[in-house]
Amino acid sequence: MDISRRDLFTIGGKLLVLASVGATLEQITGAAPPSESYKMAEHWWGMIIDIDACIGCGNCVRACSKENGVPKGYFRTWVERYEIEEGEQPHVESPNGAIDGFPPATRTDLKSFFVPKLCNHCADSPCVQVCPVGATFVSPDGVVLVDETYCLGCRYCVQACPYGCRYLHPDKDTVDKCTLCYHRITQGLTTACCENCPTGARMLVDFKNPQDPVHEILRNNKVQVLKPYMATGAKVYYKDLDGSVR
Amino acid sequence: MRRLLRDWVHLVRPALVLLAGIGIFLVVRGAVIPKAFGQYGHFRPGALDTIRQRPISFAGQDTCVMCHDDQAKVRASGRHAHVACEACHGPLALHANDPAANVPKLPDVADLCRRCHEKDAAKPRKFPQVVTVEHSQGVPCDACHKPHNPHI
Repeated sequence: MDISRRDLFTIGGKLLVLASVGATLEQITGAAPPSESYKMAEHWWGMIIDIDACIGCGNCVRACSKENGVPKGYFRTWVERYEIEEGEQPHVESPNGAIDGFPPATRTDLKSFFVPKLCNHCADSPCVQVCPVGATFVSPDGVVLVDETYCLGCRYCVQACPYGCRYLHPDKDTVDKCTLCYHRITQGLTTACCENCPTGARMLVDFKNPQDPVHEILRNNKVQVLKPYMATGAKVYYKDLDGSVR
Repeated sequence: MRRLLRDWVHLVRPALVLLAGIGIFLVVRGAVIPKAFGQYGHFRPGALDTIRQRPISFAGQDTCVMCHDDQAKVRASGRHAHVACEACHGPLALHANDPAANVPKLPDVADLCRRCHEKDAAKPRKFPQVVTVEHSQGVPCDACHKPHNPHI
């Protein structure tokens, strides 16, 4: 068959137009409707942490590690122990994220307490703002998540997080973080850390549920988020938090 | 301008090239960007399903109590009433799915109780805590305290 250059361009042009129309149509109509009973729009997840109840046992760290397969030496949640001498800078330690608890503190002349930490699931999160590829995002129910297939491993978000809650997964080379046990909370369970906290110091809350005890807790207690001046819209509220905690 | 309009024929080819370029852009864009991208925001909604597919390890309090309600009753009357089963017994979703095939091991009391009750100045004052070595002199905790209802 003899094809002139003109014919080739004509045919090519027609094919291109057809393909682009097809692709556009597929974009418009192809989105599969989500089929499930869990309605994202009806939830807005967060957590309440009661500093006065935390005993630093490390149960949350162990539970998180087992539930989410967190690589050894990395932590999605961890517990810090603050020891403050009057007028001095606080001494903060978290041996191996407190996965094995703490060696007992013996000095009783210090102000000391435990602070469990995790991703604050900020509503206006800096990590989401800096992600160049849309791999990290706030889900419609208020959980900051990472799309592993999109993440380039550029670490912008790791640097942007004011709370140090992100790390690069050593095997996957993508960013990993607390998912607020998204696979659990979307089927009616609580997070692994809250489930296993023996003193109830951690509590998963749903701000959009009018029956949730969170509203009463926020109303009747002195609560604070970490680094409020960062205006991140953090949704992990700490009850009776000391001003020295950073 | 008048000359440009008069010689419009030479604009046809660049116009075609431009159109072809737009066409190629649309095709590539259609092929590369997932169908539902942007449905809930600047991300791929499919990621939500992927994350949700992770299997659970901790079955949860309610699941345990479905079979072990006798133990739950004992616990409910004591000071460990608010400690979930798996906080001590470990993740047992596999056991809940197939109790016969996955028999859980009893936790080692020597290590278990200390995790919470070893004396630490940073713990809340009201929380019951002891210096284990002085308190029991090596006698296992469960010789006196029953873990499900520890008060003697």
